[in-house]
Amino acid sequence: MTEMPKHSVALDAKIPEGPLADKWKNHKNSIRLVNPANKRLIDVIVVGTGLAGSSAAASLAEMGYNVKAFCFQDSPRRAHSIAAQGGINAAKNYQNDGDSVYRLFYDTIKGGDYRSREANVYRLAEVSANIIDQCVSQGVPFARDYGGLLDNRSFGGVQVSRTFYAKGQTGQQLLLGAYSALSRQISKGKVTMYNRHELMDVVVVDGKARGIIARNLVTGEVERHGAHAVVLCSGGYGNVFYLSTNAMGSNVSAAWKAHKKGAYMANPSYTQIHPTCIPVSGHYQSKLTLMSESLRNDGRIWVPNDQSDVEALRNGSMRPTDIPEERRDYYLERRYPAFGNLVPRDVASRAAKERCDAGFGVNEAGEAVFLDYASAIERYGRTEANVKGIEAPSAEKIRELGEAVVRAKYGNLFQMYEQITADNPYKTPMRIYPAVHYTMGGLWVDYNLQTTVPGLYACGEANFSDHGANRLGASALMQGLADGYFVLPYTIGEYLADDIRTGAIPTDTPEFEAAEQGVKDRIGFLLGNGGKTPVDDFHRRLGRIMWNECGMSRNEKGLNQAIADIQSLREEFEQDVRVPGRPDRFNPELDKAGRVSDLMELGELMCKDALERQESCGGHFREEYQTPEGEALRDDVGHAHVSAWAHTGVPAEATHHKEALAFENVELKTRSYK
Amino acid sequence: MDFTLKIWRQEGPQEEGRMETYPVTGITGDMSFLEMMDVLNDQLIRDGQDPVAFDHDCREGICGMCSMFINGEAHGPNRKTTTCQLHMRSFKDGETIYIEPWRASAFPVVKDLAVDRSAFDRIIQVGGYVSVNSSGNPIDANAIPVPKEDADAAFNAATCIGCGACVATCKNASAMLFVSAKVSQLALLPQGQPERMSRVQRMVDQMDKEGFGNCTNTGACEVECPKGISLDNIARMNRDYLKSQVTGE
Amino acid sequence: MIRPEHTTSMAQTGILKSSLAKKYAMAASGLFLCLFLVGHLAGNLQLFMAPSDGGRQFNEYAKFMTTFPAVKLLSYLTYFAVLFHFADGIVLSLQNRKARPVRYAMERPSTNAGWSSRHMMLLGTIVLVFLVTHMQNFWWQMHFGEVAMVDYDGVLVKDLYTVVVAFFNPELNSFALPAIGLYLLGQFALGFHLWHGFSSGFQSMGLRHPRYTKWIVGLGKAFSVVVPVLFSSIVVFMYFTQA
Repeated sequence: MTEMPKHSVALDAKIPEGPLADKWKNHKNSIRLVNPANKRLIDVIVVGTGLAGSSAAASLAEMGYNVKAFCFQDSPRRAHSIAAQGGINAAKNYQNDGDSVYRLFYDTIKGGDYRSREANVYRLAEVSANIIDQCVSQGVPFARDYGGLLDNRSFGGVQVSRTFYAKGQTGQQLLLGAYSALSRQISKGKVTMYNRHELMDVVVVDGKARGIIARNLVTGEVERHGAHAVVLCSGGYGNVFYLSTNAMGSNVSAAWKAHKKGAYMANPSYTQIHPTCIPVSGHYQSKLTLMSESLRNDGRIWVPNDQSDVEALRNGSMRPTDIPEERRDYYLERRYPAFGNLVPRDVASRAAKERCDAGFGVNEAGEAVFLDYASAIERYGRTEANVKGIEAPSAEKIRELGEAVVRAKYGNLFQMYEQITADNPYKTPMRIYPAVHYTMGGLWVDYNLQTTVPGLYACGEANFSDHGANRLGASALMQGLADGYFVLPYTIGEYLADDIRTGAIPTDTPEFEAAEQGVKDRIGFLLGNGGKTPVDDFHRRLGRIMWNECGMSRNEKGLNQAIADIQSLREEFEQDVRVPGRPDRFNPELDKAGRVSDLMELGELMCKDALERQESCGGHFREEYQTPEGEALRDDVGHAHVSAWAHTGVPAEATHHKEALAFENVELKTRSYK
Repeated sequence: MDFTLKIWRQEGPQEEGRMETYPVTGITGDMSFLEMMDVLNDQLIRDGQDPVAFDHDCREGICGMCSMFINGEAHGPNRKTTTCQLHMRSFKDGETIYIEPWRASAFPVVKDLAVDRSAFDRIIQVGGYVSVNSSGNPIDANAIPVPKEDADAAFNAATCIGCGACVATCKNASAMLFVSAKVSQLALLPQGQPERMSRVQRMVDQMDKEGFGNCTNTGACEVECPKGISLDNIARMNRDYLKSQVTGE
Repeated sequence: MIRPEHTTSMAQTGILKSSLAKKYAMAASGLFLCLFLVGHLAGNLQLFMAPSDGGRQFNEYAKFMTTFPAVKLLSYLTYFAVLFHFADGIVLSLQNRKARPVRYAMERPSTNAGWSSRHMMLLGTIVLVFLVTHMQNFWWQMHFGEVAMVDYDGVLVKDLYTVVVAFFNPELNSFALPAIGLYLLGQFALGFHLWHGFSSGFQSMGLRHPRYTKWIVGLGKAFSVVVPVLFSSIVVFMYFTQA
């Protein structure tokens, strides 16, 4: 059996000494190097091929390591990073608006509600500019202005334009860039690519991660893969809520298996709930679709202030456009006059929930608010009419001109909305509701991105390190690529320098044997237990528990109840799940069963973590800890720490470890958007 | 709504396949096509039958994983729409719907409606990139100005999601639209120039080796492409390949 | 796992064997044959003048076309282009069939591509069948058949005009009506073949441009209508003037 630390171990983040701005530079200069001839003797496994995984695999291979890369999709190009819409931040200061590494660092720390690690965030801001250079040299077609230079847009919560973008498909373009770099290394034989393979377990030998057990999802074959180090770039776990903006296949299994083998899980309850998504339409809904944050620049959010209008809307006797101005409640503008509709994501989401909980939700389920473009269309229309010199334009003409402007700016989003809902958002306000979008929590890593298991690393959304309790828009892409291109390839050398004499890792050892047997036993159990309920049923029920009790707002009673409910759900799953098909065939239901099983355990731990964090910060809102006006109340004395959880067998009984967060370069303040 | 589904069932790559008929009931117009398939699979599992395997992931039209040939058209009847973005309101109540996998010798069936598209990966691997290593100090991004027109055209080519609808819909199972989109993206940018000629040669040669058919310019790929990739890209690739062969670069 | 080895090696690489090379050859031979059509049509149009000059201009043109060295060379090129265009088409079609061994149970090709673009092989074959009979009827006669000579100002010239007249006259040729039918069918097929083929040839050669392509497509459509209609109208004219 592998070690499973049961007693409290001091968490050493290994932050380099020296002034903040010099830490990374000094650290890079002192990291031990592996010479090129020796790199050829070292194998590294990279799990996941999103922005972090593809870029890490490509960079490690370029340096000379032998890389094995794994993804569960049919091609590395399909990882869910591809769905990111808005953009990627970088402190380039191309717009000459006073941006700097320090400002990006500061905005990220503040946006994260002072729950992230200063040194990591500063490094992230420092390498952000390199990412843009790197991507452009790869041929990523970022948006440009007429002079041929790169264009920028603004994003939520900051006062500079530092977001680089490629229309609404920035994630796709960046991922295809990283995928092409990966493909190049595959053609050179430096990366061996395993498509349609799922990590089933992490193998730990003598306290070090020395390989994985993977399952070929096409043939069902369970395979052993040895390596000197394992890098998990397996993304986030928003699918614990069943309905989220994540891809259907996004899962926690790789991280969770690592957690069970000794890696600590940090801040698992920090979840980002994005305010502008298309609401749930029915029981069989499988997925929620995000409408870009940029829509809040021009759209106004409201619900009726009169209960009878709500009823009329729900039974269809009234259209939203029939409701006069005085019977509308623009609640964000009312509550937060300074920022209005542009408050950060966590604040906007909670405010929508508050109105819907009070009974003002505008769809049948009572879980939707309006995002209205009527006044933007009117405003743009008037401006256009002035520009074009049309005197005394008719209301019709103004509308037409305004719609044209809105179409040019947001046309693809409006089209997507209409495709899904069959409503025309130019004529009637869009219905939106918050949805789970990103998880800030993840595997605990030190400054080198190493987890608490030596030789096991985590990058991108899979780790916890940079976003604190709330992530800023356009920062996820930045972090994934920073970790993969510019951080991990250096920091991993510190560990691998000890392995130049080790030789290839044998896979015929008892540790591999035991791990493989465990995987096969579990598969056999799932296929053979003779239950009658499909996996999705459990997943839906898990999602409902998590959304209700560990979603936008949480309280002690609900969280305790959720833990009990999840435990009984887990038990029922073991008794009653039905997994059809064979182990030696392409069997998506079997893959799903394994993932949902892990998500249930994770959900339990998330509730435990939310219970322990007796404060409200960022995406974590505990009803017991709020100001009289209903705003989040942080506790910087008792909770300025990272909660890292060690697995002990039952998720709710995980051991709690704390990494104290020291703020030496920014002053802790209360966020206010009034 | 109720539908009769005629679905291709095939146990594995080596086995014979056949069309099977399944009724589904209680479908609403707001369901996506894949959610309708979820309903069917839920029924099949509860009835102790083998659910239909199909590829899907993001369900928002960008990952390129979903791949169904629906009623004789790649991704179904709507234009610029992937299977996951297709909603059941696009069908008539009581309709019979044919659902088949992409069919091409270069895309062997994995199971039922899922096919192996790794041929696309191999085409990218032989040259669909700019040979540049990641490094802490490359040249500044704005040191390479790109005319907006070229940048936009490169972006449009780069929006290809690699779903394979072009191959599936082409009567010759040709992969020209996919290959030319990547060739064009890099041919339009200054970063792509040094390897421009060798890239187009290697990618076309690999495309041929994979066993895709020949382009006969019917234009069906452009019509069915969920991202509207233009035939301009194919012409550009034809031009570049010819040039590469004539100049011997 | 991505297999490093390649699955099939149906196609070869390089300028002579790659899929694109075959398309260049198809396009080049096809567009060359379009030029031939123009030349051929120019000759045939002179038949309209025949009732007034007894076919003199037509016969002199025919002699020029069969004896002038440069034109002879061009004619050999034309024979080669026809054969090559056909053979290349066969090879491409066979490969294309192989690329999709299992057909779809349900296909709706008309929703995304024009009819002629999907039936080039069929149309081409009809044109070829017509061409074989056409060559037998006239080309063979001109070159190897017994054709009477006429004397134009001391120069002896083969009287092809009389052969043509006789051919389309039901009283002299019992197969005249079926032959006219086949001729018209051949022209019909040629028209549809060109409807797609003309602009497709430009696309295959990479000659596409946002500004000029619409003109090329327009020219191709006009060409595909005008040329077969003119060829056909001559035959109809011949038939009615004789009858």
